[in-house]
Amino acid sequence: MSEKEVKNLERLFEDRIARDEKIEPKDWMPEKYRQTHIRQISQHAHSEIVGMLPEGNWITRAPSLRRKVALLAKVQDEAGHGLYLYSACETLGVSRDELYDQLHTGKAKYSSIFNYPTITWADIGAIGWLVDGAAIINQVPLCSTSYGPYARAMIRVCKEESFHQRQGFEIMMNLAKGSKEQKAMAQDALNRWWWPSLMMLGPTDAESVHTEQSMKWKLKRKTNDELRQQFIDQTVPQAELIGLTIPDSDLKWNEERGSYDFGAIDWDEFWQVVKGHGPCNQERMSARVNAWENGEWVRDAAMAYAEKQEDKKLKKAI
Amino acid sequence: MKKNWPLWEVFVRSKNGLEHRHFGSLHAADAEMALENARDVYTRRNEGVSIWVVESKHITASNPENNGELFEPAQDKVYRHPTFYTLPDEVKHM
Amino acid sequence: MMKNENLIQYIYGIADNALILGQRLSELCGHGPSLETDIAITNMALDLLGQTRSYYQYVAQLSGEGKTEDDIAFLRTERQYKNVLLVEQPNRHFGYVITRQFLFDMFHLLLLQNLQNSKDEMLAAIAKKGIKEVSYHQRFSLDWMKRLGDGTPESHNKVQEAVNDLWKFTDELFHMTEDDRIAFEAGVGVDVASFKTLYLQKVSDILTEATLTVPEIKWFQKGGKQGIHSEHMGYLLADLQYMQRAYPDMKW
Repeated sequence: MSEKEVKNLERLFEDRIARDEKIEPKDWMPEKYRQTHIRQISQHAHSEIVGMLPEGNWITRAPSLRRKVALLAKVQDEAGHGLYLYSACETLGVSRDELYDQLHTGKAKYSSIFNYPTITWADIGAIGWLVDGAAIINQVPLCSTSYGPYARAMIRVCKEESFHQRQGFEIMMNLAKGSKEQKAMAQDALNRWWWPSLMMLGPTDAESVHTEQSMKWKLKRKTNDELRQQFIDQTVPQAELIGLTIPDSDLKWNEERGSYDFGAIDWDEFWQVVKGHGPCNQERMSARVNAWENGEWVRDAAMAYAEKQEDKKLKKAI
Repeated sequence: MKKNWPLWEVFVRSKNGLEHRHFGSLHAADAEMALENARDVYTRRNEGVSIWVVESKHITASNPENNGELFEPAQDKVYRHPTFYTLPDEVKHM
Repeated sequence: MMKNENLIQYIYGIADNALILGQRLSELCGHGPSLETDIAITNMALDLLGQTRSYYQYVAQLSGEGKTEDDIAFLRTERQYKNVLLVEQPNRHFGYVITRQFLFDMFHLLLLQNLQNSKDEMLAAIAKKGIKEVSYHQRFSLDWMKRLGDGTPESHNKVQEAVNDLWKFTDELFHMTEDDRIAFEAGVGVDVASFKTLYLQKVSDILTEATLTVPEIKWFQKGGKQGIHSEHMGYLLADLQYMQRAYPDMKW
């Protein structure tokens, strides 16, 4: 294809997206579109899978049977969501194993928030309430993103996730109205998870490299700063409702903007965690690598068995 | 040995009377496992009463590049639709 | 004559298996050999914990001291748990997970199929619901026994190792405690000893089909049903009970 032909195809492609047409796996697409989508969808999938670990940490210690089954179901959903997203990514011509390999070698990123430890039960509440809350804000607009398989995966994810945030908020609410110790536990978790949750919505617009292109392809509908503001505005009243204090002394309602003003985010911390220096980066990665490597003989056995069965069937047929 | 579980496509009938609809895909070593995995992954919330699985490589798909010749010729065959035909006002339903 | 306390003890003998195995399986969430298997195993954990809750809610009602399912799940001492030794065995590797599941599922299904005829309506109802879940567990673990047994030489050895190690816990499944006997005589409980031969036959058939050897041992381990557990149990309970012990009398 000549350069001119490619340019022409690209123009037609961009027009289709502008008209809100969906792009499907076998459609022609610019290489950059494919690569950007592989990167974003796989990063999203990796976040689901790594995200199982901090919460999984408390399944065996959940304080009641009701909490235990809810948490177990939630963490299981995350495995499911990872699976949907890896599948969407596979339609772009990359296998799940290759994607795992990128994760395990550190080539691919996942959401930095999962590199923080869950040290008390209240952290499970805080994750559901804040981390899932922030994730939903990110994810809902993706239900109408331009790449069909991604949009369909996100519709399923959003539908299933609706209980996740409630689950977390309910935990926090119960702690907040519980004993002194419980309330302190809830406040402590909020103090530790608040800032990382704000960071989770991505670097400020000025620092964000992908925003403009992503907007065009509907991988993003709002900028990071807009999403962050939306998250703060929706979460502050919820904290007030259950009597917890947001750990930001600069936080105050701005009548003129109709939004909350908030304090400065420590972006150094964010970049350090992204670079691998968070409290749990190594633990998270080794847990994933171990699961994969310890599972290899199991996966091999299933393949070998399937092939033997297939052979038997063929022999019978002859 | 390095042989990964192949990809399967999952189709689920939500309730009797409805057709099987494509729900997504998953990996499994064989058909039996694909069916079980599909049950565990795609019907956790009571979404189905019947499941089909087919290994993805067995699906033959049309190529979007041929969409012109495949699908556009059907666009002007308006006589295949009831609105193409005129009826006297007295005949209300037909 | 069956007293309330006999019935409660009888239920513990069934329900604690579901709790402890559910707890063991939930340790695996996020660490399975594939996402699909991870999700499947979590489904079994959820089924078992669901059954646990039904049994414990019933016990709470029977004991009538304002007890809740959580008091029963979390606030007994080690000697008061009546699960069999098999279900508390650790997840050494996937071969152990599947073998433990298989050996238990084969028993569990027979148990529930008998229990559904119990004169105790509540137990019969819980069993009826459980049969559907456990039938699926058995299908899952049985298929995996075959895959691992007749898969690669490595998987064959690993799962044979697990079968050899766990076999000594199978006999206990068929022991009748005093409470079991009382419950059986009252038409409420099941005579587990009555289907031991059937169990051994079924299990042996599957193991053979999976190209595995049925261990021949004369000495079996027992004690779980009397609350005398393995050393693994204490750590399992330390995890399970941690919150309730560290923060007594709170709502979560």
